[in-house]
Amino acid sequence: MGSSLRIVNGRVYDPANGVDGEVRDVCIRDGKIAADAPPDAKRIDAAGMVVMPGGVDIHCHIAGPKVNLARKVQPEDHRYDVHPRTRVTRSGTGGSVPSTFATGYRYAGLGYTTAMEAAVTPLGARHALEELHDTPVIDKGFYVLVGNNVLLYRLLQEGRLEEFRNALAWWIKVTKAYAPKLVNPGGDELWKGQRNANITSLDDKIGPFELTPRKVIAGFIEAATALGLPHPVHIHCNNLGHTGNVATTLETMRLAEGRRTHFAHVQFNSYGPAAGKSQTNPTSGAREIAEFVNTHPNISADVGAVMFGRSTIMTGDAPLAYMLRQFGGTKWVNADTENESGCGIVPFTYQDRVYTNAMQWAVGLELFLLSQDPWRMVFSTDHPNGGSFVTYPRLIRLLMDREFRKARMAEVNQKALDRSGLRDLSREYSLNEIAIVTRAGPARLLGLTRKGQLGVGADADVTIYEEDPDKEKMFSAPRYVIKDGELIIEDHEFRVDHEGRLLHVAPDFDPGIEQVIEPFFEDFYTIRFANYAVDDRYAPHHEIIPTAPQAAGARP
Amino acid sequence: MSENLKFVPHATCTFCGCVCDDMDLTVDMDEKRITKAENACVLGKAWFREHGIEQRPYALIGGREATTAEGVEEAAQILARARFPLIYGLSDTTCEAQRVAVAIADMIGGTVDTTTSVCHGPSGIAFETVGESTASLGEIKNRADMVVFWGGNPAEAHPRLFSRYAVTPKGMYIPNGRKDRTVVLVDVRRTMSTPVADIFLRVKPRSDFEVLWALRALVKGRRVDPSIERRTGVSLAVLEDLVARMKSCRYGAFLFGMGLTMTRGRHFNSGALLALTTDLNEFTHWVAKPVRGHGNVTGADNVVSWQTGFPFGVNFSRGYPRFNPGEFTTVDLLARGETDAILILASDPAANFPKAAIEHLKRIPVISLDPKTTLTSQLARVAFTTATYGINVGGTVYRMDDVAITLRPAFESPYPSDEEILSAIRDRVRALLGGNRVPAVAPAVAAAS
Repeated sequence: MGSSLRIVNGRVYDPANGVDGEVRDVCIRDGKIAADAPPDAKRIDAAGMVVMPGGVDIHCHIAGPKVNLARKVQPEDHRYDVHPRTRVTRSGTGGSVPSTFATGYRYAGLGYTTAMEAAVTPLGARHALEELHDTPVIDKGFYVLVGNNVLLYRLLQEGRLEEFRNALAWWIKVTKAYAPKLVNPGGDELWKGQRNANITSLDDKIGPFELTPRKVIAGFIEAATALGLPHPVHIHCNNLGHTGNVATTLETMRLAEGRRTHFAHVQFNSYGPAAGKSQTNPTSGAREIAEFVNTHPNISADVGAVMFGRSTIMTGDAPLAYMLRQFGGTKWVNADTENESGCGIVPFTYQDRVYTNAMQWAVGLELFLLSQDPWRMVFSTDHPNGGSFVTYPRLIRLLMDREFRKARMAEVNQKALDRSGLRDLSREYSLNEIAIVTRAGPARLLGLTRKGQLGVGADADVTIYEEDPDKEKMFSAPRYVIKDGELIIEDHEFRVDHEGRLLHVAPDFDPGIEQVIEPFFEDFYTIRFANYAVDDRYAPHHEIIPTAPQAAGARP
Repeated sequence: MSENLKFVPHATCTFCGCVCDDMDLTVDMDEKRITKAENACVLGKAWFREHGIEQRPYALIGGREATTAEGVEEAAQILARARFPLIYGLSDTTCEAQRVAVAIADMIGGTVDTTTSVCHGPSGIAFETVGESTASLGEIKNRADMVVFWGGNPAEAHPRLFSRYAVTPKGMYIPNGRKDRTVVLVDVRRTMSTPVADIFLRVKPRSDFEVLWALRALVKGRRVDPSIERRTGVSLAVLEDLVARMKSCRYGAFLFGMGLTMTRGRHFNSGALLALTTDLNEFTHWVAKPVRGHGNVTGADNVVSWQTGFPFGVNFSRGYPRFNPGEFTTVDLLARGETDAILILASDPAANFPKAAIEHLKRIPVISLDPKTTLTSQLARVAFTTATYGINVGGTVYRMDDVAITLRPAFESPYPSDEEILSAIRDRVRALLGGNRVPAVAPAVAAAS
């Protein structure tokens, strides 16, 4: 970590610090961005190159029980996309669900240095952490699934709101998670307990509970706000993937009532009612969603764009995966987790000739192009649900290059395009805006103050791309990638291996809550309460990001 | 018994795939022996009782006593020299050790395979073909009002599958425990498990696939010829009754064993059962779960999968993982005489492999890691004595339903852990090779061929 670097002559994009393409030096000392570097520091001449903070993926699925099932179920997807070892790095396999090592190296190979796994059951936390430990180079964390948790439901139902908040904090802390995640709130109880039924509106009764998704979502937003988490509740809305779901999405967004709330992969929740004679073919609801986000500064979202080709649907939303199974082919995985969650997996291919898939593609692009605040409508494909993260460079080109987009639009289902608003949009993203949606924005939404920026004291996670009019090519293979001040990729090749940190939060709670939780464990779990909390051995390199009260308390 | 007793609550039994984490152990610290294992089943009690500290050499090299360090040097030399080395076993050790084992295979361009290839390997292949609807054991405890055991004898092999997880326990929506469940057992013979069942289907040997396929047809409303009884020993009326119950239960669970996976049909059998589970989900909720034998065989599947993309039988010769059961599985590699060195981790293939495979083991340098003397350790060139996972060594173990549990070791062993020995071997091999061994063939060419 003692090494120093000086990057000279590069055009720097550091939107968090108002730097928009200026040629200036970036200095690195002891793993951090510094004001200066010693004279003997290694110099990187970045003439003709673009310097950005390392990419930050706010929502992807890269580690844990469901990811490993998705890996195991697709040997055919690995076979033609191998990831050979080098002298210094491990081998692996790719496809839409790469092995852990391939995941880390490939993220780094695109200039990404931080990624957040977006859905882990509390009971699966230990597994997710083991996989994240084997995911090299990048810093990482995960969101813990709490939106279908039976004990939390009971506390909420009984109006025990203080205990609800304490139990939520307990669950986040003992699993070493980064944020609370809600997936199709209420859906799991109907799926598992009522013959594969599902929630259809925010006011449906949730099985045996005197609760509705509306009450559950509002309860979590309130509790998470009170805890002052660096990233708020991260919501996968009800009715995801269904025609006409835009109404549910807007209703859910209104529940935030001015409080910070993040909406995951909103593309999948931005479908208007059925068009024409079809009962199911959705229209685009992108304009309504974009307008709502534009005018509500408390709301943030990641797009969850769809990219054509092979993907894997993997989700805590088990009924959704079951529905998609009819389009996905022969394989379907379902995995229920006691008291906590459901899960569904279907290998899937998005085809540009298929109406619905073309509409999904168009809706994703529309959301980007209609967004007036790139800091709050950030980049994702919900990897691998909308497409693999290796398609990011192509998605960047679709946003930055109008002619490329038009050429691609000519090849997709035209009926779908007619019913989207994409033809009317001529906007092109600038490099500065790309730096916001792929780096500065997600870092800010995550509350990672030392990521996504190149100010003095920031983590020295830096990516250097060779400028190229073909933005897909440019973003596909950075010339240099620096992680924690260490030159990991030089001249496109890995020079050393590197282990990143686990990023997690540890909100405070009243320890008395354990007396409430423990009896429930003895009755309804098959693992003892004493064996549930994840200990520090699963996070050998880690960083705890403070909550607002912790940060305030730490200040003199 | 001495006065020097230690109480270790919430310990985990790693004897079988149930991985029960409610063991309250009493340890005699003078004798280094577990004297009491509360909540353990008969198998677990024996497991804890039998794993005291034995006086054995740290390592044997060619039968001669040696230090662990000398053993590491010899093992590293063997692995670095070998042209087609194999690392096998893995299912009775921690995930931490398994991760290092796969790392060594990757580094030297060898093969890694686990005992899965001789137990639920066919279920792994079936999973790759049709997927699986499955659940953590707690869901079965809390919700399953119908449980079907197929091709297994839990009463003798996994006793607490009945008492802790799937038959007698009370659950959230099963308030009366056993009374609220319909229990079905399917097997070719009566066993100690049979009396537990409400319905026992005795199928003729080698006809599981036909029974499963007939059930699939009936679930889908197709006609099945009454001659099914002649073929399978089960009458059409019994099958129809079973299907009616399956379609009308609230939450059904299959728990299937090696009576299904290692008999005629193998992965077709597992695949038929998993497909039947999927079919039933059109009517009500159904899940299926392979009942796993070794304490951490599920961890081995998970580790090998997340590191390589494939669950077992993975070869690294070309510089990246390739999976091909039959080609890169241990019995086949040995029987064909292809392997030129083998590291056997926490497993005893010399006791149960086919003769041709064992014959080859005798011809090549074998490195073994085991807490006990085994037939395998006796024919090993280098035999390490290791501490026992779950008793002397902490770490992570995966229950048969993929739930990861942290071990609470009861007392210290003078012997090193598998992870420590493997890490030392890895570091030494790396030094000998100067980093990972990278094959000369360009990957792009290799991938295309």
